[in-house]
Amino acid sequence: MTEVASANPTASIQADGRAKRGRLRLSTVMSVVGTTPMIVTAIGVFVICIIYSFLLSFTNSKLFPAFDFIGTDQYARLWATPRWLVSANNLWIFGLLSIGANMVVGYLLAVFMDQRIRQEDLFRSIFLYPFAMSLVITGLVWRWILDPNYGLQATVQGWGFTDFQFAPLVDSNTAIYGLVVAGIWNGVGVTMAIMLAGLRGVDGEIWKAAKIDGIPTWKTYLQIVLPMMRGAILTAFILQCVGVVRVFDLVVAMTQGGPGIATQMPAIFVIQHITDRANVGLGMAAATMMLLPVVVLLSLQQFIQWRANKKRMNAL
Amino acid sequence: MTTEALSASSSRLLEGPHGAKPKKLTISRIGVYAFLVLAALFFLMPLWVMVVTSLKGMPEIQMRNLFAWPSELTFEPWIKAWDTACTGRDCNGLKPGFWNSVKITAVGTVFSIVIAAMNGYALSFWRYKGANILFGLLLFGAFVPYQVVIYPLILAFRQVGLFGTFPAIIIVHTIFGMPILTLLFRNFFVSLPPELFKAARVDGAGFWQIFFQIMLPMSVPIAIVAVILQVTGIWNDFLFGTVFAGRENMPMTVQLNNIVQTTTGVREYNVHMAATILTAAVPLAVYFISGKWFVRGIAAGAVKG
Amino acid sequence: MQHSVSIRDLSLNFGNVKVLQHLDLDIAQGEFIVLLGPSGCGKSTLLNCIAGLLDVSEGQIFIGGKNVTWEEPKDRGIGMVFQSYALYPQMTVERNLSFGLRVAGMKKDEIDKRVQRASEILQIGPLLQRKPVELSGGQRQRVAIGRALVRDVDVFLFDEPLSNLDAKLRSDLRVEIKRLHQRLKNTMIYVTHDQIEALTLADRIAIMKNGVIQQLSDPHTIYNKPVNLYVAGFIGSPSMNFLQGQLHGGAQPTFVADDGTSITTGKYDFAVAPAGVTKAVLGVRPEHIVIGEAARSMPFSAEVEIEIVEPMGSDTLAWTKIAGHQVTFRADSDVHLEVGQKLLVGFDPARGSIFNSETTNRL
Repeated sequence: MTEVASANPTASIQADGRAKRGRLRLSTVMSVVGTTPMIVTAIGVFVICIIYSFLLSFTNSKLFPAFDFIGTDQYARLWATPRWLVSANNLWIFGLLSIGANMVVGYLLAVFMDQRIRQEDLFRSIFLYPFAMSLVITGLVWRWILDPNYGLQATVQGWGFTDFQFAPLVDSNTAIYGLVVAGIWNGVGVTMAIMLAGLRGVDGEIWKAAKIDGIPTWKTYLQIVLPMMRGAILTAFILQCVGVVRVFDLVVAMTQGGPGIATQMPAIFVIQHITDRANVGLGMAAATMMLLPVVVLLSLQQFIQWRANKKRMNAL
Repeated sequence: MTTEALSASSSRLLEGPHGAKPKKLTISRIGVYAFLVLAALFFLMPLWVMVVTSLKGMPEIQMRNLFAWPSELTFEPWIKAWDTACTGRDCNGLKPGFWNSVKITAVGTVFSIVIAAMNGYALSFWRYKGANILFGLLLFGAFVPYQVVIYPLILAFRQVGLFGTFPAIIIVHTIFGMPILTLLFRNFFVSLPPELFKAARVDGAGFWQIFFQIMLPMSVPIAIVAVILQVTGIWNDFLFGTVFAGRENMPMTVQLNNIVQTTTGVREYNVHMAATILTAAVPLAVYFISGKWFVRGIAAGAVKG
Repeated sequence: MQHSVSIRDLSLNFGNVKVLQHLDLDIAQGEFIVLLGPSGCGKSTLLNCIAGLLDVSEGQIFIGGKNVTWEEPKDRGIGMVFQSYALYPQMTVERNLSFGLRVAGMKKDEIDKRVQRASEILQIGPLLQRKPVELSGGQRQRVAIGRALVRDVDVFLFDEPLSNLDAKLRSDLRVEIKRLHQRLKNTMIYVTHDQIEALTLADRIAIMKNGVIQQLSDPHTIYNKPVNLYVAGFIGSPSMNFLQGQLHGGAQPTFVADDGTSITTGKYDFAVAPAGVTKAVLGVRPEHIVIGEAARSMPFSAEVEIEIVEPMGSDTLAWTKIAGHQVTFRADSDVHLEVGQKLLVGFDPARGSIFNSETTNRL
């Protein structure tokens, strides 16, 4: 799943042949014309804009871009700003908890869904529908459910459990966990769907072989099938990571970064500094820091793939 | 097993077990369903809460009974959410946001898909020098946090006088939808038999003819997946709507958030929940109508890297 | 008498679809049985039922004299080899072989002994520390056989084990499986759609169609005395020639083809002496048709015109018409044949097969 299908060999031969002859064919011109938006996007947005942001992070830009370079001052300032430190820290907590919970619960759900149950489609629809909705909606609903005065806590207390305490959003120590719950509700269905597709992709004869070997079902899932699902797991994991780094709508709708700055996130930090707070240089330094984990993850993934390919090549 | 078959065959059978193993409702079987039903309840609970809250009057909400069905049904919150709820000084409800979202989604979906289909086609059959590098950059773009490129984009739009306009939000959605959609179309075209392309070439068809007359008509299934992906994606967008759309084109999600976050007097939770359901209605409808296609769309969207 | 594997009145239905219908099959100790048939005939399903991977709808299964109809696969005393090898990809060969034994809680030195023995028999010793991705197809299949071997069971089940291999490797491994059987003398049940595998390996072949065993016999009988038209047409490549016509009974039964050509059946061994006139089909294998001088001495001969010539290397296949029907015959590759050439061909009906057209059964 993570591997991009291999390119059409004939087309590439033709393309290369043409290029080598150095003759510009009409069709090549047309191909370039047809993909102008892609060329503009790929180079204009994903190269020039990123470099531009990167450069601005070394300047003293305030409301408008100014190219008076001040070295790494903005980074030093960034890592001394409590609001950023809280944001970065929150990203870790939120990321670890929600990705961890997501993967475990997603795999569990997928395994249970795989037990030849009745009404599989119904269950799948139920687990997946939150993902169809905006994170803004997820945030607003859970904010209401977790409302201390009229929400879940008040209701359960009304049932007679007067000691029941569950209103994480009002306490700056626990607000982040409220976000995690809402995030899992929104996204675990997707993980389940990917994992289930992975489970179903496992060769049926593996299951037969395991049955003949007398391996218990849970052991088969854990020790044989799980390691075979590397592709699905990696896909789900990367999807989660990208989502976590980008998390913005959920926080804005649910806590607006509060109480205080307790649930600030890097994504909000950047937007605030390029708009209301008018400190573009600092904002861009923060944005660059956001790009860092993505680059690291992508390189890691590329490396793993490269190594797997090499191993396969060696075997043949 | 019919008695007839039994008597006909029993003469050949020996002592001991025969036929299907008797099915037992085992504890593990019950456990599986118990787990799934509990999980389903957890996932359905917010939807239930949304619906019942939106149908209650404020006095009943203050009775602290989150899950109870309203004793007195009222559709007042729905009407208010749609028509008169206030964001700041404007009190027009969600309605303008809804129509803005419809416009943005419709135009944005068509634009982004046509462009992505062309990209995928060119990348599959007419790869010019450097095309693969461009594609790689595009895929990288699928992972880039938006915050890294937003500010330069704002500047660029300001420069050409498009910031805060309808074209700006369409262009932004086209840009950020491009990586996934291009990948989707490219993988689809690459999976087609190459003989098809060769045959068309031998028949003398050129770049545009092959695209419009052969490839585009064939890509209907993948286009459906792309439409689902884009309609839900654009409709649910919040960040780009906040930053690029401007007041005139504010999409529904942004307006919803503004309505809820506007605190003047008592928080009208029932109106908020009605507004939330209204905003979720379109993607939910797409989800329930498209069914398996939606799952396929997610799987396709997950095919990154 | 105790059979190694016994199947009594076995049926399997998926809803209304009858996949297996009232099968009976007794397999002797140490016998090599091949289940042969086209895809969808139920041969793999039958194997899965024996293995306990599918629950039967009716009937019983005995293995080693024990009724195992309701037993778990691991308790049936079987080992199984699959088409896709089904090796656990994350484990080394050694762990693949030992995993089941470890889970069963067997002692370490006993496991080692068994793995050692299996790797000796299959000559996979040098591969023990490798993972399946680092093995070739043939090596993987050998490991898969090893996994069945370490279970130290009496009955081996093979589910199209060679279908994923290329032609050369397939014939190599075929010989190896035969050698393995001669050495171990286990009961083996082997599913395939490849008739060459079936004919070369089997002590007895069971030909299946639509969930029913058509014929269960040794390869020689299956090839030379097929019980019905289906078996006759399925076995043999190029397939048997069929002439439509009528059989006239009597002291010397005669086959009269549609176009009036009369063929006396000579020493044909009738199952039941035919009486009166029956609509019938006469089947003759391509290699039983001879040409030239040899044809003259045959009970039946005719002059024909050659329509198509297909040189196959070892011999040459020629197409012509006998008694109005398309017929192929084999000729030595040294014989020069030409399209349009007229020559004398002949055969002995006693070596052929005659079937009743209505019942399709052998007469």
